[in-house]
Amino acid sequence: MSRLLTMTDIWIEGRSDEVWNPIINGVDLHLNKGEVLGLIGESGAGKSTMGLAAMGFCRDGVRIAKGSVNFDGIDLVKASAEVKRGLLGKRIAYVAQSAAASFNPAHKIIEQHTEGPTQHGVMGKSESERDAMELYAKLRLPHPEEIGFRYPHQVSGGQLQRAMTAMAMSCRPDLIIFDEPTTALDVTTQIEVLASIRDIVDQFGTAAIYITHDLAVVAQMADRIKVLLRGDEVETQDTRAMLSHPKEDYTKSLWAVREFKRPQKPPVHDRATPVVSVQGITAGYGKIDVLYDVSFDIHEGRTVAVVGESGSGKSTTARCITGLLPPRKGVIEFDGVALPLDYRKRSKDQLRQVQMIYQMADTALNPRKTIGEIIGRPVEFYMGLKGRDKRRRVEELLDQIELPADRYIDRLPSELSGGQKQRIGIARALAAEPRFIICDEVTSALDQLVAEGILRLLAKLQDELKLSYMFITHDLATVRSIADEVVVMKDGEVVEQGPKVEMFQPPHHPYTDLLLSSVPEMDPDWLNTLLKERGVDNIGDAAVQKMD
Amino acid sequence: MSLWMQIVVVLLLCLAGGWAFRFAGIKATDGKPFYRDMPLSVAFGYVLGAVLLVWIVWSYYLSRTLPAPEVNKYFFFRIAIEGFIIFALFAWLFRLLGRSVGTSTTKKLFRQMPLTASFGILMILIYAFLAIFAGLLAPYGQEQIVPGVAANIPPGGNPAMGGNRDFPLGTDQIGRDILSRLIYGAQNTVGIAFATTCLAFFIGGSLGFLAATLGGWLDQVLSRGVDVLMAIPSLIFALLLMTIASAWAGSEKGLLTFYMVIIIAVIDSTRVFRLARAVGANIVVMDYIEAAKLRGEGLGYLIFKEILPNATAPLLAEFGLRFCFVFLTIASLSFLGVGIQPPLADWGTMVRDLAQFINFAAFAPQVASAPLLAAGAIALLTVAVNFVVDWMLHRSSGLKE
Repeated sequence: MSRLLTMTDIWIEGRSDEVWNPIINGVDLHLNKGEVLGLIGESGAGKSTMGLAAMGFCRDGVRIAKGSVNFDGIDLVKASAEVKRGLLGKRIAYVAQSAAASFNPAHKIIEQHTEGPTQHGVMGKSESERDAMELYAKLRLPHPEEIGFRYPHQVSGGQLQRAMTAMAMSCRPDLIIFDEPTTALDVTTQIEVLASIRDIVDQFGTAAIYITHDLAVVAQMADRIKVLLRGDEVETQDTRAMLSHPKEDYTKSLWAVREFKRPQKPPVHDRATPVVSVQGITAGYGKIDVLYDVSFDIHEGRTVAVVGESGSGKSTTARCITGLLPPRKGVIEFDGVALPLDYRKRSKDQLRQVQMIYQMADTALNPRKTIGEIIGRPVEFYMGLKGRDKRRRVEELLDQIELPADRYIDRLPSELSGGQKQRIGIARALAAEPRFIICDEVTSALDQLVAEGILRLLAKLQDELKLSYMFITHDLATVRSIADEVVVMKDGEVVEQGPKVEMFQPPHHPYTDLLLSSVPEMDPDWLNTLLKERGVDNIGDAAVQKMD
Repeated sequence: MSLWMQIVVVLLLCLAGGWAFRFAGIKATDGKPFYRDMPLSVAFGYVLGAVLLVWIVWSYYLSRTLPAPEVNKYFFFRIAIEGFIIFALFAWLFRLLGRSVGTSTTKKLFRQMPLTASFGILMILIYAFLAIFAGLLAPYGQEQIVPGVAANIPPGGNPAMGGNRDFPLGTDQIGRDILSRLIYGAQNTVGIAFATTCLAFFIGGSLGFLAATLGGWLDQVLSRGVDVLMAIPSLIFALLLMTIASAWAGSEKGLLTFYMVIIIAVIDSTRVFRLARAVGANIVVMDYIEAAKLRGEGLGYLIFKEILPNATAPLLAEFGLRFCFVFLTIASLSFLGVGIQPPLADWGTMVRDLAQFINFAAFAPQVASAPLLAAGAIALLTVAVNFVVDWMLHRSSGLKE
C-alpha cells in the first residue's frame, strides 16, 4: 500500500491569556491510500485539532509550531494559501460534527453540493447535479432525485449528515476527515449513517480519518485506531488487536467503562406506595398532543429509565411531572397524594420534593454566580439556613459530590470542566433534600469516562439517600448500567415497560428490538452482522418511513 | 489636471507601489507566508496608509512654517493633530500611572487596557471632576457679566490677535467668561444627561425584563405601547412635549428642567425596553431560569438575581450609547431653545449663541473656534464614553468564552 499522508512530530499550540499553551505534543500519524484511521480520546485530547492539522489548517488562535504534514508529496504546513485552496475540497474533504450548523440554511442542499466541483473545475454544474443524485442514491437517501432540491431544514438530521458526506465525496477526494459525524444522532439513525459512510469509503477507496469518542463506533469504521490523551499519543494498533489486547492502562480504562453495572435490586413490595405515580397523562403544546395516555410508577430507591429516540416525548413527560407543562388529562401522584398539575399551584414543600438535573450543564447553571451561590440558594430558600450554617451545608454537599469544597466554592461555572459542572447540577438538586430527581440526559454531553463517574455518583447517592430517579436517556448502555426498570417510548406513547432484566431479554416489542440492536457493540463485525440480519434495503425503507 | 484625476493617479500609483512592496517582501524574506499569501488589496492598504501618513506629516510641517494668511487653511488641522498627540500622550501616562499605583487587581486591569479605553476613562474622570467642583474651579460665575470687559473676545488669550489674558477662551456675546460657562456646562448638561439616562434605564429595563419573564398579554400591551411611542420621530416628539411642558411650568425654570428629564427618559426608555426584552427573552429560556422557577422563586428574584447579572454586558453597552444620545438630545433641545434655560450654562445653548462666528472660519479661524469649544466638549465626552463602553463589552464577552 502506498503512503498518502504522513504527519511527523506535530506540535500544535493554542493562544490564551497571551501565552502559547501546547495542545498536541509531538504526535506522528500516517495513513495509507484507502485506509481508515480511527482517532479517539476524551474531549480536550486534541482529536479535532489533529484532524484539522491533517488538512494543514488551524483554528483561530492556534498554530502548528513544529512538524510537517506531507500529503502525497506536498508539505501542507509550508504550502501557500493558493496551493491549499487547490487541494481542500478537491483532494481533501471534511465532514463536521453538526451538519445542521455546517450547511448554509439559505441555499438548497444541491446548490451547496455542486459548489465544490464547479469551483475546482472537476465537472460542470449539471453534471455535478447528476453525480450528486447518484451519490444520494448510494448513500441510501430517500428520493435521491428530489431530496437535493430541499433546504437543509427540510430534511432530518441523519439525512443531512449523509448529504454532507455526499458533498465531501463530490470531488472524489483521496482523504476525508470525519469529525464525530454521528455524535449528535440517535442510535437508530446512527446506524444508517455509519453504514452509508462505510459503503462509500469502500467503494471509492477513499482514505479517511475518523474522529470520535465512541469506541464501539470506531470499532466498526476503522482499520487502525490511534488513542490520544491530552495531546499525547497513547497507543496505535490495528482495530482487532486494539480491541482484544489494549496495551496501555489508559486504553484499558476506556474499555472498562462499558462494564459498569449495578447489582440487581430485590423486587418492590406489591402494596408499596410509589413515590411518583404517573397515571394516564395526555399532554401537548397548543392544540397538538404529543403525549398519549402515559402511565408508570417510580418506587423509593429505584431508577426508572425512560428510553426512546428524540421526539418520542421523554422530555415532555418530565415537563409534565415538574408541572411546567400541565397535562390535559391524567393524574400525577406523589406519595399517594395528587400533585397540582401547574407548578405555580404547588406548595414549596411539593416543589422541593421533585428536583431536576439537566442535560446541558452549561445552560443549567447561571454563569454569573459562584458555585457557593448556586448550591447555597436552595439551601437558604428551602431550609432557611444563613451565613455560616449555609456555608457548612454547601461544603457538605460539595463533599457528597466529591469536589474539594475549599477549591471550588468560590469559582464560576465557566472555570469548571463539563463533568464538574454536571456534579454541581446534582449538588443543587440534592440541596433541596428531595425524594425524587429527574435526570434529563445527564450524561449524553459527557465523555465516557466522565459519564461513568457521574453514573457511579448517582448510584452512590441513591443508596445513601434512598432517592428515586427518573432517568431520561437515549443511550441503552447507560440504561443497562443504572436502571432498575425501563419505560420505552415512541411517538408519545409507552410501547413497553418492565424490569430491566426482562427488557433486555427477548421477546421484545419490535421497536424495543430495533433500539436494542442499534446500540453499537465493541465487536468489529457487529455492523456487518447486523446489516446482514436486517437486510440492507430495510435501512433505506426505515429512513423513508421516518421522513414521511 | 483636475482634482479627481490627481486622486485616481495617486491611487493607481499606490496599487503599483503595493505590488512592488509585496514583490520586494517576498524577495527579501525568501518567501515568508506573511508576504507570500498577502492579497494585493492588503499590500495596497499598507502603501496607501504610508502615503497618508507622509501627507499628514507634511501638512503639519506646513502648518507650523507657513506665513500668516496661508496658515489659516491649516489652523484646525494643526489643532486636531496636536490635540491627538497630547491626548494620546496623556492617556499613555494615565495608563502608566494605573499600572504602577493601586492594588494588584487594578494594576492587572490597566495592564490589559488598550490606549483608547484609558483615554476614555481619563476624560470621564476629568469631566466628572469639573462637574463636581465647578463652583471652585471656574474663575467667574456662569451668569456673571464681568464689568468693563468687552463682549466677543476671541479665544487664545493673545492680545495681538484681539484676545485677553484674563479670559483664555474669550467671552461670549454679552461678555461672560466662556471658560467658566464651559465648566458649569459640564455640571448642567452632563449631570442632567446622566440622571435622565439612569431614569430611562430604570423604566425601560424593569418593564422590558417584566415583559420577557411574564410574556402573555402584559408583554403584548407593553410592546405595542412602545411601538406607538417609537413610531413618532423622537426629537420632534420631545420638542412637542417640551412646548407643552414650558406652558405648564410657566416661569419656573427648575420645574421645566424636571419635565425635560422625565420626557426624554420616557422617550429613550422605549429603546431600552426593546433591548432589555430581547436580551431577557434569550435568558428566560435557559435551564437555570427553569430551575429557579421550579424552585418556587418569586418574580423579583428571577429578574434581579438570575436575569439581570447575565444582561449587564449588553445593557452597559447600551447605557454608554444611550447616554450619548440623551446628552445630544438635551444639547439639541437647548440649541432649539426649549431645553436648559438661560442663564444656566449649557453646551447646546452655547453652540447656538455663538454659531454665527463659524462664518469667520476661512480668514479668522481663532474667532470661529468660539462655538466649536462647546461642540468639542460634547464630541470629546461622546467619544470617551464610547471607547470605555467598547472596552467593557470586549472584556465581558471575553470572559464568557
